Amino acid sequence: MLKTQEYTLNFGPQHPATHGVFQVILTLDGEKIVKAEPICGYLHRGIEKLAEARTYTQVIPYTDRMDYLAAMLQNLGYVQAVEKLMEIEVPERAEYLRVITGELSRLTSHVLGTGVYALDIGAFTGFLVCFREREKMMDLLEELTGSRMTLSYARIGGVADDAPEGWLDKVDQLMDAMPGYIDEYNGLITGNEIFQARTKFVGQLSPETAVNYSLSGPVLRGSGVNYDLRKNMPYGIYDRFDFEVPLGTNGDCFDRFYCRVREMEQSVRIIKQAVEQIREVDGPVMGKAPKVLKPPKGDVYHEIESSKGIIGYYVVSDGSNKPYRVHVRRPSFVNLGYLDEMVRGYLIADLVAILGSIDIVLGEVDC
Amino acid sequence: MKQISPAPLEEIRQKFSYVELDERQNIIVPADKLLELMKGLKDEFAFDFLTNETAVDYPEESKLEMVYNLNSICHGYTVMVKACVARDNPEVPSLFPIWGGANWQEREIYDLLGIVFTGHPNLKRILLDDRFDGYPLRKDFQWESGRE
Repeated sequence: MLKTQEYTLNFGPQHPATHGVFQVILTLDGEKIVKAEPICGYLHRGIEKLAEARTYTQVIPYTDRMDYLAAMLQNLGYVQAVEKLMEIEVPERAEYLRVITGELSRLTSHVLGTGVYALDIGAFTGFLVCFREREKMMDLLEELTGSRMTLSYARIGGVADDAPEGWLDKVDQLMDAMPGYIDEYNGLITGNEIFQARTKFVGQLSPETAVNYSLSGPVLRGSGVNYDLRKNMPYGIYDRFDFEVPLGTNGDCFDRFYCRVREMEQSVRIIKQAVEQIREVDGPVMGKAPKVLKPPKGDVYHEIESSKGIIGYYVVSDGSNKPYRVHVRRPSFVNLGYLDEMVRGYLIADLVAILGSIDIVLGEVDC
Repeated sequence: MKQISPAPLEEIRQKFSYVELDERQNIIVPADKLLELMKGLKDEFAFDFLTNETAVDYPEESKLEMVYNLNSICHGYTVMVKACVARDNPEVPSLFPIWGGANWQEREIYDLLGIVFTGHPNLKRILLDDRFDGYPLRKDFQWESGRE
């Protein structure tokens, strides 16, 4: 009598394709996934608790350490939430610098996401080529903020410092060259036959499911849902720029990946417009914020579009100089919530393709 | 600037007589009516996206406050809904049957604040170890180093 049996397999926590320290306990029937149980928390540092014992300004560096691949966007969400609570006006020039660094951060994150995804699928060259441009952008960010990844550049009321002489020209030059680089990624990765065979029609996600499960970012837009907060609820000065929101049609791994690539083109467009417009704007980069920040009693929820999806900050003030409570709605964390149902029925090799296409960063998942 | 129409709060208040609005235009709802209100907001007012779910501990008032942020993708408006639960033995109905997105967010709240979500399919700790004692985001939690 022939009998088959399900068995369990640990994927991670120490596995390069998990993009960090992340474990999935798989129940397998042969090579087919019957059930996947994601285990996270290996990187939990209790940032939300730590924030309660810090002043409002001291929280900013902690936000860097969540999604450390797009630190400026994490900073921005937090400082805008506090500014909303205190009704602080931000000077024009600071708004432009926030957009430029924010979109540069998004580019570094997407370039890395693209390269690492290629590596997940087995294309090593694509990975190395993407790191080449990432390095150039990080050099620019370092010149501006003094740090490559943990920027802490945003301040409540503005930004830390004005751009050094000639920095904007360098940004402009790199953005002129970016479309050529993106073509190169498309030639190396997107157009690759093996890559397409591994990603097309794998991990398909319907728009209804994506909305129901609160998924956001390229994961949501890959399923064809047009929801980008930069367009739908413009924050800062995003309503001044002309750009499009790339959408997918099939909701598969390829669409999620390709959305990211096309978002890079749009980020380049935004930066080019911002660099052109900021040259006409002079003035301070810090608004009139008090030295000791004591927001009025109350709470605020503010969300922005980060590179991974919607990042939201819920800040409660009790009138003192320390936040009573800070909660972060982390896109990677919420996007992971649907992983189990998403991988069921696929082969074990597809798990790497699906997980990579969600583009998580574990610092943000675990917080 | 693109104008976002504000949420139809007056209509919501008329439709659901038990809700109140606070000075920041947030909806306050008794915990036992939460599920009914949320179903109504989703089906009748097109709040299809549960973007954020969290909780705050207020030991002085011996309550925990649930905070829900809903977005409507088609209309573009947002609303914040709050519900209070008693601090000892806190229980709220799970929103998982309405929005799948509540799944992990509720597990996180259970993990860090100890609120029990009735009807949640898989309510167990998510960030901390299963053997961990206490709920760190409660205000009376003392951590080892004791740093203030």
